Amino acid sequence: MARVVVDVMPKPEILDPQGQAVARALPRLGFEGVSDVRQGKHFELEVDDSVDDETLAKIAEGFLSNPVVEDFVVRRVDS
Amino acid sequence: MKIGAVTFPGTLDDSDTIRAIEAAGADAVALWHGDADLRGVDAVILPGGFSYGDYLRAGAIARFAPVMDVIIDAAHKGMPVLGICNGFQVLCEAGLLPGALLRNAGLHFVCRDQWLKVENNTTAWTTRFEKDAEIIIPVKNMDGRFTASKSTVDELEGEGRVVFRYVGTNPNGSLDDIAGISDPTGRIVGLMPHPEHAIDALTGPSDDGLGLFLSLLDSVVTA
Repeated sequence: MARVVVDVMPKPEILDPQGQAVARALPRLGFEGVSDVRQGKHFELEVDDSVDDETLAKIAEGFLSNPVVEDFVVRRVDS
Repeated sequence: MKIGAVTFPGTLDDSDTIRAIEAAGADAVALWHGDADLRGVDAVILPGGFSYGDYLRAGAIARFAPVMDVIIDAAHKGMPVLGICNGFQVLCEAGLLPGALLRNAGLHFVCRDQWLKVENNTTAWTTRFEKDAEIIIPVKNMDGRFTASKSTVDELEGEGRVVFRYVGTNPNGSLDDIAGISDPTGRIVGLMPHPEHAIDALTGPSDDGLGLFLSLLDSVVTA
């Protein structure tokens, strides 16, 4: 078994109103110096050793992300 | 004439869709997400709601339901398909329509009567409208902001595939005020607002929505 992490983020050119709302809230809460926030998704998958990188890329590209509006990064994490 | 209305777990507007199909004079057929069978329908409507709780992304999980395999197959062979709200999101996730629908720019769930302009009255679902007719039907969604690459939007605009456009206020920040689009054939149409909620003046802001269902009847009869 291995742990695989998939991070999915809105593409840079896509408006992210949720991230903007978080960024605007920070000064109100007394936190200064944060100029921008982008909000995405973080997935942790427990996978058998038989699952190869190509399969993981298919999972990330075909299901966990929507390539029209999102980028993804797949990485294996030492457990 | 038989028109199917699909129910996924979390679909809300299947009853109103069935009512609208019957009001237009067709036979409504309830289709279940788990059945890989279209029961002989001539066209399919994917109603609104929150299939699978909008988990992952709106429409992302419904797109893999067994009934979608047969709908995608039939759509590629020319069967008319209409996606309303969550149904539009499912069609985009399934790749039957381009683009994606993201969280409303204002972050609020928007529910109100909305003016639209019918920019293309040659699709299977819009022939009963005059070109550039303005209609009022409800809009109600959280994730209605149509987004696509510039080249995709240019293609949609250039080919007249923007079928409905918001008039007055844009409720969700959609690019180019786009409310609904079609595939290149005009048989597959998706829109965020809800024609099935505006089929008689007693329960909706107008009966403008009925035009989509009547248009489909015309297109199937003459096909």
